[in-house]
Amino acid sequence: MGARQWFLGWPVVRQATGPDKLGRGAAVQSQRSAALTPRTSTADKVVKSVCPYCAVGCGQQVFVKDGEVTQIEGDPNSPISRGRLCPKGSASKQLVTSPSRISEVLYRRPHGTDWERLPLDKAMDMIADRVIKTRREVWQDTNDDGCTLRRTMGIASLGGATLDNEENYLMKKLYTALGAVQIENQARI
Amino acid sequence: MPGLGTSFGRGGATTFQQDLQNADCIVIQGSNMAECHPVGFQWVMEAKRRGAKIIHVDPRFTRTSAVADVHVPLRAGSDIVFLGALVNHVLQNELDFREYVVAYTNASAILRDDYADPEDLDGLFSGFDKDNRTYDHTTWAYEDAEAAAAAGDRQDHPGDDHPGDHGGEQHGETARSESYGSGGATMRAKPHHDPTLQHPRCVYQVLKRHFARYTPELVQDVCGVPPELFAEVADAVTRNSGRERTTAFCYAVGWTQHTVGAQYIRTASILQSLLGNIGRPGGGILALRGHASIQGSTDIPTLFNILPGYIPMPHAEKHLDLDRFVAEDSGKTGFWGNMRAYTVSLLKAYWGEHATATNDYCFDYLPRITGNHGTYDTVMRQIKGECKGYFVVGENPAVGSANAKMQRLGMANLDWLVVRDFQLIESATFWKDGPEIETGELTTEEIATEVFFLPAAAHTEKDGSFTNTQRLLQWHHKAVEPPGEARSELWFYYHLGKIIREKLAGSTDVRDRPLLDLAWDYGEEGPLAEPSADLVLAEINGSGPDGPLSSYTELKDDGSTSSGCWIYCGVRAEGVNQAARRKPGKEQTWVAPEWGWAWPANRRILYNRASADPDGNPWSERKRYVWWDAEEEKWTGADVPDFEPTKRPDYEPPVDARAQDGIGGAEPFIMQTDGRAWLFAPAGLADGPMPTHYEPFESPVDNALYGQRENPTREAYDRPDNRYNPAGSDVFPFVFTTYRLTEHHTAGGMSRTLPYLSELQPEFFCEVSPALAEQRGLEHMGWATIVSARTAIEARVLVTERMKPLRVRGRIIHQVGLPYHWGPNGLSTGDAANELLSVVLDPNVHIQEAKAATCDIRPGRRPRGPGLLTFMDDYRRRAGVPEEGP
Amino acid sequence: MGNRLSGPLDDPAQDAGYPGGHPPRMGFFTDTSVCIGCKACEVACKEWNSVPEDGIDLLGLSYDNTGELSANTWRHVAFVEQKVSAPAVDIGMPTIGAPKQTDDQSGDRDGVRWLMSSDVCKHCTHAACLDVCPTGSLFRTEFGTVVVQDDICNGCGYCVPACPYGVIGKREGDGRAWKCTLCYDRIGDGLQPACATACPTESIQYGPLDELRERADRRLEELHEKGVEQARLYGRDPDDGVGGDGAFFLLLDEPEVYGLPPDPVVTTRDLPAMWKRAAVAAASVAAGVAWAFLGRS
Repeated sequence: MGARQWFLGWPVVRQATGPDKLGRGAAVQSQRSAALTPRTSTADKVVKSVCPYCAVGCGQQVFVKDGEVTQIEGDPNSPISRGRLCPKGSASKQLVTSPSRISEVLYRRPHGTDWERLPLDKAMDMIADRVIKTRREVWQDTNDDGCTLRRTMGIASLGGATLDNEENYLMKKLYTALGAVQIENQARI
Repeated sequence: MPGLGTSFGRGGATTFQQDLQNADCIVIQGSNMAECHPVGFQWVMEAKRRGAKIIHVDPRFTRTSAVADVHVPLRAGSDIVFLGALVNHVLQNELDFREYVVAYTNASAILRDDYADPEDLDGLFSGFDKDNRTYDHTTWAYEDAEAAAAAGDRQDHPGDDHPGDHGGEQHGETARSESYGSGGATMRAKPHHDPTLQHPRCVYQVLKRHFARYTPELVQDVCGVPPELFAEVADAVTRNSGRERTTAFCYAVGWTQHTVGAQYIRTASILQSLLGNIGRPGGGILALRGHASIQGSTDIPTLFNILPGYIPMPHAEKHLDLDRFVAEDSGKTGFWGNMRAYTVSLLKAYWGEHATATNDYCFDYLPRITGNHGTYDTVMRQIKGECKGYFVVGENPAVGSANAKMQRLGMANLDWLVVRDFQLIESATFWKDGPEIETGELTTEEIATEVFFLPAAAHTEKDGSFTNTQRLLQWHHKAVEPPGEARSELWFYYHLGKIIREKLAGSTDVRDRPLLDLAWDYGEEGPLAEPSADLVLAEINGSGPDGPLSSYTELKDDGSTSSGCWIYCGVRAEGVNQAARRKPGKEQTWVAPEWGWAWPANRRILYNRASADPDGNPWSERKRYVWWDAEEEKWTGADVPDFEPTKRPDYEPPVDARAQDGIGGAEPFIMQTDGRAWLFAPAGLADGPMPTHYEPFESPVDNALYGQRENPTREAYDRPDNRYNPAGSDVFPFVFTTYRLTEHHTAGGMSRTLPYLSELQPEFFCEVSPALAEQRGLEHMGWATIVSARTAIEARVLVTERMKPLRVRGRIIHQVGLPYHWGPNGLSTGDAANELLSVVLDPNVHIQEAKAATCDIRPGRRPRGPGLLTFMDDYRRRAGVPEEGP
Repeated sequence: MGNRLSGPLDDPAQDAGYPGGHPPRMGFFTDTSVCIGCKACEVACKEWNSVPEDGIDLLGLSYDNTGELSANTWRHVAFVEQKVSAPAVDIGMPTIGAPKQTDDQSGDRDGVRWLMSSDVCKHCTHAACLDVCPTGSLFRTEFGTVVVQDDICNGCGYCVPACPYGVIGKREGDGRAWKCTLCYDRIGDGLQPACATACPTESIQYGPLDELRERADRRLEELHEKGVEQARLYGRDPDDGVGGDGAFFLLLDEPEVYGLPPDPVVTTRDLPAMWKRAAVAAASVAAGVAWAFLGRS
């Protein structure tokens, strides 16, 4: 920017020389205001998604910049929601970027009074051991009439309605192979 | 959703949200749609803009009522009387859509002569077993139809150690109820018909007699609704039904969460069938569901009593092998007659090459059920010490389930607990700061439960599909990596299975064969070794010798095809993820068939054959949707026809036809054995072939109709940790109902931690009328203590004219409103309304009665610490409730 | 045409010095007759503009726990519960006589009406906040909207009492003034403001003000035909005390019922000292902006 242009860019000069004599509009627009661009247009990518709250199934667009979610808003292409979101759907970015969200495994030992840290792989290994142990200890091959049961009543699971179909599928498949039958979700609440 | 399943053949919503814009009248009842499904509600507003009349029937004046044309306040728990009176109004005045009713419903079917009605038996249907509180359904069958025997067979499997008060004998039937998600109840033969509807034992006449006492006067007496308001609704729904016009019903858990919940939906199903509103644009019954994929988690169930695609879990006593498992259904007419193909394909998806004809396709690898193993049964087992390990994934039972204390006592008695969520919800921290720690009933050091909290990945951090309220699968794509150690459930279960299989690799124990033989290969992608959701979807869709399948009609029972969920077969037709289709709505017809993929077969309105008359022509130009193209010799229209594409309207099935060949060309309900909508359900429901009014289990009044006060088959568990308020108790004189608000989600795990939502509804409150406030000395913005036999909770008070006292059975009934989102954790906090609720369940789906119960309310905060226990002892003593056990 | 401070004004952007080809004046028409009080507008606004949470307090104002517009609340949904000619005095007794056959006034047979309305900055034709701003932080955009430039605002606070609607406020701990920008960044890129994007029932409509006014007139006529006699437009009239609002409303009752001033007047209208003030303002703009430029270079 040359010195002359720089000078002519001064608001007071713009005000004096331009039509905005009162300095209420064009003359006082800051460079930042002039250069404003919405973060939707500067996102690295826009990912098509679906609102995770209720079962209306509103379309969402997830805007990502530098590996972070920067905005979530309605997908105008959705024939169901036509781009609209309720307050919960509108708060989706806060849901996924919440500072109080837990991102580490926490462990409470039996009778413990506080949480402890536990590496994820260690936790997975411990949970697998407990599943195997409980399944061995609480197992029913047959009932009193000799009919096959092939199950454990020692292990139960709750939840699924907030999860993906694919996740529910693997859950039911694994539990069924384990012989765990007390599998339930929010359908009954 | 057995209410819909037994009526029409499939348990899902019969229509889709956008279709509401075509309705001429919309009745929202048992739902607060504007608050709980605001974006779906745009289609109600669209209909209103086009001139439709919007009616909201609800105990409370809500944000839905505020924009409806008519709000009908009624007493919580009295809906069957209101809906039954609408049915009666239609029948008495012959306002039914007669051509539709004769052709498409079972109105003309002749029933047995030994069927007896609650009108004859003071509130019981014939076949009641008083000792077990169950029904023998034999007498409910069609005359001369072997269905009677079949239905009888399915009942009375000896239960195991059901902890309820009636031994669980009925489970063989009740567990099946949920399996009518896609396929009606068993009938082996078609009924005799009297198309004149004059035969005294035809369904139409039986229905008419059954509902004859459901008059406007009864509505006034039981519901508290004035006759002229009832008349306005009756007039609106009948004037807006028929050839030229259609009425839609929307409901949600305001109907399901009752001890007679399935029958609420049945009543609406009967009404809509009589009015000819099923399978037609602007008609139908839209079930509004509250979680992103609650329909999906029923279709591909995380439920104890069904396998994917509503195939029942095998029962120990009855399903000794695959032949006997499918025998009951294989002979059937309708598409469910192909159940062997669906089952074998599932077993192939589970156990791959290990499943062969010689080993019964590993049918024996399936664990067996023996009774009710639902969530409340499980909690009682946890308290007994029998159930020791618990996974809680994306649910918060410590505040979200009825009788929340019972849930926490169960969790405090486990060996180990895995909680997977975004935030430290109450179910993860009960051992530290649960209400029982405060009262001294539990101490942290004494709780032996080992707790693993594993952070979960959000929807933006994983690929996968949700199935929304209208059976529509929509794929969401991963946008970013999950933070830190957060992982998807797909990752967690895949790797848990992998680790367990590795640890058991050398095992020779037969019980480990199902694990070791499991088909468990879904790739591992990226730095987190994430399994591929698309590969899982491919397995769900299924494949055959020529690759991916495109429709469930391609499934075989010879082991040559596999499909992890037969009703989802086609979601990856041509090997393409159809759930990920996103052709913009504006570039399609209003039906938008190229957005996502709906089961079954991408149909948006179910039973849409009924949108044409028996000859295949549209009932009217205005309500044209799917019709028979005589030139092309096929069904065509705006939607995928819910019918065999080239089956002529005049097709008459041969006598010995089975499966779909047994469905006539003018029978639109193709999942039903007789192809018809069931006004009278000869099989499929535990508590009666027709709905009849029973009071809620906790009710301040008697049953105006019968000596039988409450549902005789309800599942009650009277035990020290689940005491009930005595019926008609003066100590608990008020009715309360629980509900959601727009600003929060379910038990709050996904909303109470967010500042932007918490500031909008910052703490727990109760809503009372000015009259109740005056009577009990409650002050607006002050505190109230609300009490049931379970416990007492406190809430800030909102005094509002929107809460109406009603005159019922000659007395004023006050209702207390309790939104249930809260708990002690997070930014927006308060007591959990679920503390007040008891565990008393509908016998069909084991759902708790959360929408109507009794309570006391008094000003001030509840006692804290051990004082709460003495306070409760006093209440129980005064109410005559048995003391806590030793 | 000279610069105007009151009265009708066709083109505030032109008045503020934008050349002829500037975009049409954009605004909001909030049709409260279809508002369902979901508060999606409040949340969508906050998410987009990173507006801080505004206090987690139960207010007891029906379902309104926001209270009012402020530096930290740029959309506010008011909830008004009204007793309307209750049909029956005796609680719970049936109504006497035939029901009213009109489709208007939802729920009036309950004796209750529940009004909801999403309030927002009015983006006045004559905006006192902007007229008194000494730094040029508040300015009129090419869309005719009124925006605070947070890189210029020095927190003097003159704008706060100047606003006839009580919209603008100073943010605690920050000191600067904040209010609705009508999503200046979004609309410059052809998007809708966040609130209008989210609104499930099209209660909040965004568009060229001329079109919105026509649409509002038709809607009003429609409601009057249906017998909703109390329906009225608020802020629609270019002859009102602020020269008409860029964000105007269809209300179902008197404005006071919703907490809106019945007859707002631009607070600078009658001040003879106006020009002097403007001169001062211009000078401080010069000084302030010069400082900003020099400080930067």
